[in-house]
Amino acid sequence: MKAAVIVFPGSNCDRDCKVAIERSTGASVDMVWHGETTLPSGLDLIVLPGGFSYGDYLRCGAMAALSPVMTEVKAAAGRGVAVVGICNGFQILCEAGLLPGALLRNEHLKYVCKPVDLAVVNGQTRFTAGYGARREVTMTVGNGEGNFFADAETLARLEGEGQVVFKYLDNPNGSTANIAGLINGKGNILGLMPHPDRAFEAELGSTDGAILFQSALASA
Amino acid sequence: MHAKVHVFLKPGVLDVAGKAVENALHGLGWPGVVGVRVGRTIEFDVDQDDPIAAEAEVRMMCEKLLANTVIESYQVEVS
Repeated sequence: MKAAVIVFPGSNCDRDCKVAIERSTGASVDMVWHGETTLPSGLDLIVLPGGFSYGDYLRCGAMAALSPVMTEVKAAAGRGVAVVGICNGFQILCEAGLLPGALLRNEHLKYVCKPVDLAVVNGQTRFTAGYGARREVTMTVGNGEGNFFADAETLARLEGEGQVVFKYLDNPNGSTANIAGLINGKGNILGLMPHPDRAFEAELGSTDGAILFQSALASA
Repeated sequence: MHAKVHVFLKPGVLDVAGKAVENALHGLGWPGVVGVRVGRTIEFDVDQDDPIAAEAEVRMMCEKLLANTVIESYQVEVS
């Protein structure tokens, strides 16, 4: 099993993601600089980590979405490789057009950093299969622009086709329909604001994030 | 030509920064202020002498980078 974490200038959860994936799954994890024009061969999972890529200039994730490596990430996603964007990584996936919608500033203009309880709305995805019959998990959010927005038509499609994967039980940022995470139509790209990389061992208060990484790699 | 691009959240997309500024203006004694929207202006020169061609080019830049048309609308001025 092989994973890669993409490192953008301003990423700050890249090391966390590497450690989280290694300890949760035993997979080897390569760190890939955003300026690369090739990805390591044989990848089963690509993670876009949290942080403030390019200082959030212009819009969160906008510049990172145009990084050279993203052409390769798109190609790999097109071949069915699992891609997970966490927090800033979710914003990058939306800016890159790999996931629908956008992330707006939090409704109350506050940065929120705390554990949140999430409903597993779709437990049949390659990222959530490991939760089995569990429909409630806990991870930590840390965001100032995590307020998911999609127009009514897109929202209806996302809900109707099971693309909404996680919802907040107690919405911390004003996200439309309490959406915390979603997948693309093909089911191999997941974006979520809560951090599985901050919930992968008991000392962190939750191990539910470890299950997400295990699921993603078990299905590879 | 010189281009100015104004980017705002679309009507219907909650502009929380605009809301905060509006509340602050009310607090300063302008209770009649309504509908504050906070946007950004981006300006630059383009290597193009024809205003129509320049505007078309700048609009492409907006679609590709300067605005996220899922949530934002933009206006282009060239002079």
